[in-house]
Amino acid sequence: MSETRDLNLLYTDVEDSLRDSVRSLLTDRCPAERVIGAYDGDDSLGRELWPTLANDLGLAGLLVPESMGGQGASAREAAVVLEELGRFAAPVPFLTSAVIATSIALRAQHTEAVRGLVDGTATAALAVPFSAGPATFGSDVLRTEEDLLRGSVSSVAGALDADVLLVPVPTEDGFEVHLVAVSEVQMTPVVSLDMSRPLADIDFTDAECTLLIDATDGTAAVRDALELGAALLASEQVGVAEWCLESTVAYLKERRQFGRIVGGFQAIKHRLADLWVELESARAAARYAAATAAEGDPDRQVAVALAQAYCSGAAVRAAEDCVQLHGGIGMTWEHPAHLYLKRAKADQLAFGAAEGHRATLAGLVDLPA
Amino acid sequence: MSDDEVAADLRRRVAELLRQHDPATTDRLEFLRGRFDAGLAWVHYPEGLGGLGLPRAMQSVVDAELEKAGAPDNDPRRIGIGLGMAAPTILAFGTKEQQQRFLRPLWTGEEVWCQLFSEPGAGSDLAALATRAVRDGDTWVVNGQKVWTSVAHKARWAILVARSDPDQPKHAGLTYFVCDMTDPGVDVRPLRQITGEAEFNEVFLTDVRISDENRLGAVGDGWRVAMGTLMNERVAIGGGSAPRESGMIGVVADTWRKRPEVRTPGTHDRLLRLWVEAEVARLTGKRLQQKLASGEPGPEGSAMKLTFARLAQELSGLELELLGEDGLRYSDWTMVRPEIVEFTGRDAGYRYLRAKGNSIEGGTSEVLRNIIAERVLGLPSERRDDKDVPWKDLPR
Repeated sequence: MSETRDLNLLYTDVEDSLRDSVRSLLTDRCPAERVIGAYDGDDSLGRELWPTLANDLGLAGLLVPESMGGQGASAREAAVVLEELGRFAAPVPFLTSAVIATSIALRAQHTEAVRGLVDGTATAALAVPFSAGPATFGSDVLRTEEDLLRGSVSSVAGALDADVLLVPVPTEDGFEVHLVAVSEVQMTPVVSLDMSRPLADIDFTDAECTLLIDATDGTAAVRDALELGAALLASEQVGVAEWCLESTVAYLKERRQFGRIVGGFQAIKHRLADLWVELESARAAARYAAATAAEGDPDRQVAVALAQAYCSGAAVRAAEDCVQLHGGIGMTWEHPAHLYLKRAKADQLAFGAAEGHRATLAGLVDLPA
Repeated sequence: MSDDEVAADLRRRVAELLRQHDPATTDRLEFLRGRFDAGLAWVHYPEGLGGLGLPRAMQSVVDAELEKAGAPDNDPRRIGIGLGMAAPTILAFGTKEQQQRFLRPLWTGEEVWCQLFSEPGAGSDLAALATRAVRDGDTWVVNGQKVWTSVAHKARWAILVARSDPDQPKHAGLTYFVCDMTDPGVDVRPLRQITGEAEFNEVFLTDVRISDENRLGAVGDGWRVAMGTLMNERVAIGGGSAPRESGMIGVVADTWRKRPEVRTPGTHDRLLRLWVEAEVARLTGKRLQQKLASGEPGPEGSAMKLTFARLAQELSGLELELLGEDGLRYSDWTMVRPEIVEFTGRDAGYRYLRAKGNSIEGGTSEVLRNIIAERVLGLPSERRDDKDVPWKDLPR
């Protein structure tokens, strides 16, 4: 079995202080009732929130080197931001634009695109279905003889917020990645399971495009970006699970039935203890994925598949138990539990389902079928 | 000093130890004593007690250097109770004299230790224990029956909790002792278990005399001392910094790789799920260890033990199923008294049966869940009708 390196799985002081800033801003500006608004057609919260996070806290350029005007932070810090965004089910395109699309723009060394992404004047999205994983993505958007794009992509996350799209285009030599302004495409919002991260279907009908990465590196660029997204989604899932457990425990310390605090029944206590164990395990897996991504560690593919195989289920279980253990109130529209259930279940399908990640692991760690 | 400077200093100390006690020509015990006296036994212990007062994590520097030099070790598997339970308790609660007397031969393995805690009538409810310690001048006279005592038949010393005051409520009337296992009143009998072997013993104590000098902590403070010991046990059972695929998952993964004929789609998915859980548990242990590097064991150790027990049971069960016809065979039911017990040892049938103990020994999984719920999550405690009643008045 391959040797693994000793990486720091704790939070550094810098990471903790970044967490504090994000949490305090979201506590003020991202109340659950406004997130719920997105399900009733009011998507104003995200449009107000993202510019503040992107510019005031510098999250748009978090992963961009300081020499290019960014914060020069690593995947570890981005992971901590995602934990907080998960805790609030915040409807902002940090993962899709500031992590995934930005990592591709950086790889292309496209200074103009990067500049817009850094200062928050432009938001980008990678035009693949949110369910596409690093090992499974594809595209049927093709380049015509006139160098225009034609085809469609469905269920793209972050596209509704985007000014530009990064579009993988298959060629005989692999994928190219093209830059397309959203004014060139037909974008149809999708009624999504998780409206705090709404999807869109995109039609390309002779869309003008600029080549960003050619076929020699395009496939690897998209795969690596999705791998980074999957690695860091694990931290969002930890944030979701953490909110679910904390709010459930707090509620069950107050709620009385049969003349007793409900959290004192052993059947409930044991269930919550198991959830806590699962949350702390998910945290270790997510930290490892973030640390390997930050370091470019040789074990990062294992770390990503492992984190997704584990954390996606942990977040779903925490959210499902959150609804169940809240009882009737957990089924209501006004209680925020459903935001987390929908986010957790959608996240579970994002970047490929757990079974796919286990199949990836089977190959990586020599446990063949 | 930076970590690098500390590491360099440790390497220099190891080189000096090796110069003064060449492992090739020095008697094993002499070498171990020299290592202890050089402060290189457990660097996180204080100076003069085998350590240098350094962070626990620095031990790996010493261990790596000594392994490179082919130096003998203290065979930690043979003296696990002493290293993992008795030593931290003596360090935390012992007097200077007790620390000087006991820690060196404990660490070198010259004196083996065992643990006299559980009783037939006091398992999860350890504080209800009935072994009596009655003071007689400067000594205590102990009578009672203890159970689940590994290596009792090899041990020179035991850590013992006994009831010194039956008029107090159960937690308050306990005192913690170091018991001399060579006392004529100590009778050790093997306790055979479902695997066929007797890894543990029953220990009958009849008028055993213990000098008051061998009391650990104050009279009546035995519960607090015992809790310190048990927290260390849970870290020892569930924690650690093993490499990937250590333990039961490694055994089952090897079987999978070596025997393609046993593979089915259903078992493949189960194996991968368990591989994921085992690797995540390893990382969780690693993370806990990083947290502990500066502090003391907390209730997080309970979480590790809970996961460890569940995975050991599921994996060893899967292994038998993978083996099919071979899974129907068992190596040997003969009653033996093994000195070293490895959960991953012997054959698949043994591993399956032995793993059943993992969720019982050192705190049942049910009790551990209560601990997490109450101490970590702050949920209400279980009803304890016996808490404020004098022990002698409890129904039995």
